Amino acid sequence: MAIKMYRDAVRDTIFEEMKRDSDVVVLGEDVVGGMGTAGGPEAIGGIWSTSGGFYEAFGPDRVIDTPISESAIVGAAGGLALSGKRPIAELMFADFIGVSLDQIWNQIAKFRYMFGGKTKCPAIIRCIYGAGYNAAAQHSQSPHAILTGMPGLKVVMPSTPADVAGLMRQAIRDDDPVIFMEHKALYGIKGEVPDDLDYTIPFGHARLTRAGQDVTILATGMMVGMAERAADKLAEDGIGADVIDLRTTSPLDEEAILDSVEVTGRLVIVDEAPPRCSLATDLAAIVANKAFASLKAPIEMVTAPHTPIPFARELESAYLPNPDKIEAAVRKALAYN
Amino acid sequence: MQLSREDLLEAYRRMKIIRDFEDFLHEEIAKGEIAGFTHLYAGQEAVAVGVCEHLTDNDKIVSTHRGHGHCLAKGCDVEAMMKEIWGSREGLCKGKGGSMHIADVDKGMLGANGIVGAGAPIAVGAAIAAKIDGKDENGKLRVAIAFSGDGACNQGTTFEAMNMAVVTHAPAIFVFENNHYSEHTGFEYAVGTDKDIASRAEAFGMKVWRADGTDFSAVHDTMSEVLEYVRAGNGPAAVEFDTERFYGHFEGDPQRYRAKGELDRIRAERDCIKKFRETVTEAKLLEGEELDKIDAEVATRIEKAVEAARKAERPTAEDVLVDVYIDY
Ligand SMILES: Cc1ncc(C[n+]2csc(CCOP(=O)(O)OP(=O)(O)O)c2C)c(N)n1
Ligand SMILES: [Mg+2]
Repeated sequence: MAIKMYRDAVRDTIFEEMKRDSDVVVLGEDVVGGMGTAGGPEAIGGIWSTSGGFYEAFGPDRVIDTPISESAIVGAAGGLALSGKRPIAELMFADFIGVSLDQIWNQIAKFRYMFGGKTKCPAIIRCIYGAGYNAAAQHSQSPHAILTGMPGLKVVMPSTPADVAGLMRQAIRDDDPVIFMEHKALYGIKGEVPDDLDYTIPFGHARLTRAGQDVTILATGMMVGMAERAADKLAEDGIGADVIDLRTTSPLDEEAILDSVEVTGRLVIVDEAPPRCSLATDLAAIVANKAFASLKAPIEMVTAPHTPIPFARELESAYLPNPDKIEAAVRKALAYN
Repeated sequence: MQLSREDLLEAYRRMKIIRDFEDFLHEEIAKGEIAGFTHLYAGQEAVAVGVCEHLTDNDKIVSTHRGHGHCLAKGCDVEAMMKEIWGSREGLCKGKGGSMHIADVDKGMLGANGIVGAGAPIAVGAAIAAKIDGKDENGKLRVAIAFSGDGACNQGTTFEAMNMAVVTHAPAIFVFENNHYSEHTGFEYAVGTDKDIASRAEAFGMKVWRADGTDFSAVHDTMSEVLEYVRAGNGPAAVEFDTERFYGHFEGDPQRYRAKGELDRIRAERDCIKKFRETVTEAKLLEGEELDKIDAEVATRIEKAVEAARKAERPTAEDVLVDVYIDY
């Protein structure tokens, strides 16, 4: 085991897979950084430092620094994938899927199905997402719900460096298109990462990060840490929570969710995105439909409000879920009888 | 075209306001008080001012992530902008938008924009509206201007906007500010059309101009021609200005992509404000002392704006929910 930052787990896993498989190709804006400048290739590298050394090791054919052209970046990933390569396209901010949406939604997600199952499309679209940087309405969003709702895509939302490694390796080896959501506020967190160069985590397997009998808390990405803090606080009062990190929202580990709710009978769903037509409402519907008899209280949802993401520090922190809001939701669910 | 003394003084004042605004922010951001991403416009002042001095509140502009200069040149309030950047509820956008989303639609400033390449289509819409509204009593059309960088010119949206402006014959002007970098990438790498952006617009069927964006009078004169052409109803046009950005892409950028001594060189040789000063004083159009006076006056104004921003009212949690929709 090595202790690594989340961002280094991204970088190192891609690097190792590029060494292993010459079909793996990386493309995106500033993934090399410094192209066409006096400083030269890799003068700085990308703004997230998740592709350092790629260009030197693998050269310009496999490490493609692109112009600012998200439609073409994602579309080219689709074409590469249909042509036997395993592209990893980077959207510097997940918000930019807005620019490239046709290529994701109408193209990559649907190729296999539309073509009668005769092809595969092993493309990865890395989306750097999430709030916490006061980057305002166009650089902070969590668009996982719309992507999860697109049949054909797999959507991955790791919350720890180890999960980044296992899920990224799985994504690269997977033959379907994968949206790989990296939370920008988690890039600096550290954790143990297995050294095994074949370490993968299969999609659709949630991770139980805290175990308890009284309530189930579902979370992804940055919300997992918040849920854990709330659970730890509640534990001091003798309240036991199952905290389930979904890891992937598509495929979804329904079994883990339903099994837990069957025991606890109370559910709190935490989601960084606004509440309408969201991951939270989707999960709530599944539980209401499939575990209705187990529920002892209305399902609670801790989400962002139905607003764009505001800029000012005070506004953004009011906008985001936090451990206090989660704790309050748990207490509300417990108080119901 | 020789500008009057008053116009020259006003142009200098505006450029200086932008420079000081950005220089102050550069200092303040380093102290950690200002949240979010801030992209400073210092170095490019002659473009914003040389373009916007020709405009009225009825003409529209659409800006970029590097928007402070365009906002200030279009007449956005200095103090209200500073408060916005500080995230105050007294800010121009009530602290909701911050540096990347400053807007003042009443002033014809349709917003800075965090999405690179998003501006040009919006400008086309504003230009079509101007065409629908028709010519004023002097036989002139209002115009809409899209500011785009050398990076934004690679976005499909920019291409679509140019073509649509041509086919709709809209009074749109595409101002390309080529500062040679998009983030950390050199424009010679990312722009395929052989070191040139204007030729793209030309290929779409537009009349184009090119000028030194660090030379205020070159910008101003060029824009006189461009505006005469577009206001007369000849359809869209494009201009490429060669310019320089003095700070990093965003604050905190170590700029290792620059050549050794590049920043010193461009500050010495390509500083539009310094060049303006030299030209107008050598030609005896203005006195050094008059300009010094403006320097002092502007510095005080910006200092006061920073002070006011620091003390301005903070937003509260309730403000999050306001202004998503119109209240009926
Ligand atoms: C759609 C989109 N892609 C990428 C970015 C990230 N980004 C912000 S500014 C920038 C570079 C823009 O370069 P240019 O258009 O030359 O403007 P400059 O920064 O030089 O003013 C990039 C890549 C973005 N904000 N929006
Ligand atoms: Mg540029």
